[in-house]
Amino acid sequence: MSRVKTLQSFFKRYRRPGDIVFAWIVLIFSVFLLSQIFEQTAYQSRGKLVAQPRFWPAISLGTMSVFAAFHLLGSAFSERIEGRWREVWHWIKSVEYAGWFIAYAASVPYAGYLPTTIIFAILLTLRSGYHNAKMISAAIVSSFIVVVVFKTLLKVNLPAGRIYEVLPDGLRQIMLTYF
Amino acid sequence: MENILLGLEMLARWDVILALFIGSIGGVIIGAIPGVGPAVAIAILLPATFSLDPIVGLTMLLGIYGSSMYGGAIPAILINTPGTAVNALTSYDGYPMTEKGEGHRALSLAYSASFWGGIFGILCLILLSPVLALVAPMFGSREIFLAALLGVILVILAHRGQIFAAGMLAMFGIFLQTIGLDAVTYTQRYTFDYSFLSSGVNLIVVVLGLFALSQAFFLLGNPDSSPDAKPVKGRMSVGIRELMKHKRVATVASSFGVILGMIPGTGEFTAQFMSYTYAQKTSKSPETFGKGAPEGLIASEAANNAVPAAAMIPLLALGIPGEALTAMMLSVFYVHNVIPGPQLFQNNIDLVYGLYFALIALNVIVMVFLLFSTNLLTKVMRVPTRFLGMMILILSFVGVYSLRNSLTDCMIAATFGILGLVLKRLNLPIVPIILGMVLGGIMEVKLRSAMPRLKSPLDMIDRPITFILFVIILLGLALHLRTLFKEYRAHQPQEDHDFHDSQQR
Repeated sequence: MSRVKTLQSFFKRYRRPGDIVFAWIVLIFSVFLLSQIFEQTAYQSRGKLVAQPRFWPAISLGTMSVFAAFHLLGSAFSERIEGRWREVWHWIKSVEYAGWFIAYAASVPYAGYLPTTIIFAILLTLRSGYHNAKMISAAIVSSFIVVVVFKTLLKVNLPAGRIYEVLPDGLRQIMLTYF
Repeated sequence: MENILLGLEMLARWDVILALFIGSIGGVIIGAIPGVGPAVAIAILLPATFSLDPIVGLTMLLGIYGSSMYGGAIPAILINTPGTAVNALTSYDGYPMTEKGEGHRALSLAYSASFWGGIFGILCLILLSPVLALVAPMFGSREIFLAALLGVILVILAHRGQIFAAGMLAMFGIFLQTIGLDAVTYTQRYTFDYSFLSSGVNLIVVVLGLFALSQAFFLLGNPDSSPDAKPVKGRMSVGIRELMKHKRVATVASSFGVILGMIPGTGEFTAQFMSYTYAQKTSKSPETFGKGAPEGLIASEAANNAVPAAAMIPLLALGIPGEALTAMMLSVFYVHNVIPGPQLFQNNIDLVYGLYFALIALNVIVMVFLLFSTNLLTKVMRVPTRFLGMMILILSFVGVYSLRNSLTDCMIAATFGILGLVLKRLNLPIVPIILGMVLGGIMEVKLRSAMPRLKSPLDMIDRPITFILFVIILLGLALHLRTLFKEYRAHQPQEDHDFHDSQQR
């Protein structure tokens, strides 16, 4: 019994709330990927083992599964701090900001880089809880600077918005090239 | 001599000088704002530098890398919050000094020690260059494979108390780089018949997700705060004189920084801990450590600032990055078809010297800038955290979307952003994923190219360098097992600590 206890102490570590949920997810994910190895990779009858296209996925996923199992074991043996599902809810809530990011990226080719950036900066500032003119102005100025630095000066590869097509001739050219 | 002049000539261009100023001053500001860190900044800027000349892009990124730790010392000392994770130990002695009303003395000491460490690291790099030029060509496929393997093992072992998590994440990184069409056999690997996976998972998309977007989600999802640092009064040059009294500590700490910076997977964090322990053990007043000991502050800052130059050694000489920031820089080299490794010292030695001089120049620029603008930076630090999160999100878009104008890339980056957020919340390391991706790719290519010359597995270690690397790998594993065994005997498992190299950079 004492031996089992010492073995348990071997795996003990500081563990934050939600650790065991993450440990389970990673273990299931890695074992699932490993189970797909025969369908998702090829084996060529000629050629050495280490040169096989299956070799590195097998090594990495096999080792990842072993480490994930030990990580889970460590999590199970370590002292639990309350707040597991509150933490998991926090992770789920962050999907909202991922959604903001994707919506922003999806809008740029249509609404143009400058207008989309300024609108998203204002909306995100409001979403973050800043409802005063100072912060909104700061968001407008900062987002404008970002556009000028990256699109106008550094000429980073970003698409021109389709909305610019409806602008009058001179302005359209400027917006298409610089903003 | 001719190459040195060519290197200097490379820097004597307005665009390079501008990049140097933007990089070094920008780096200090980024380092000074808790919650941004150089990894976020480099990840965002990376795609923008692809359109620039290699020396311009690299100078800017190098500027951010080398100068951020100078800036990171300011909040560590003034508000007990490290600007970058590697300034964690600086706050141990820096903040108590501020509490005693010696804030300007602590800052000035930190700047001087950082400068000492930075210049020491570069001098070592310059002095080691002839040796590197001699040794690097001896590295063939087998040697580079074993060096990369050593890097993977060390990055796992360096995360003490979290070995299993680091191992699992490093292996995940290795797996990620295998996804897509295998370049040699033209067979699909883990694409699940999705065409967007055929071209593989892009390293920069993953880096931006894990470092930049995750930080944006982290800041946006947490309660808002605004660090309040009080301005400091007094001459910033006093620390230079005081540093001279602690030359030994500064030099030894810088040496730790250089040695550990050269070893892949270890870096600033380990160097800082070792230097701090050394300074405490050899001090005449070890009881003052943690209560405002200048030696502790010097050890910490000199060690972490010596690392950037030393980390360039495996990157330039072997093409092997030792940590996340150099891994990002590697992609800049690749985009410009400049392949770091043994040939770089033969074909592009002028670029190597150019980078050395850029490193010296950035340390001087930063030092001068800080002597006059510390109080200005205390104002910049007050940016509210959620606002900062919003700005990082907007800036991350430039990085991800400018790569290929792909919405799918944005979705992949957002997914990795959520993964990064979960890892940050759980205090699990992010760096192993990135190093796994980069080193995994190197291992696969090099092992394949070494195969035709190997008749038996023992041929892998029949050359002097491969044998030495193999012994180091065994030694590293043996030392780790010994430590585990000692802990087992003492019934005292290593406790996890609350900060990690990977958390904020």
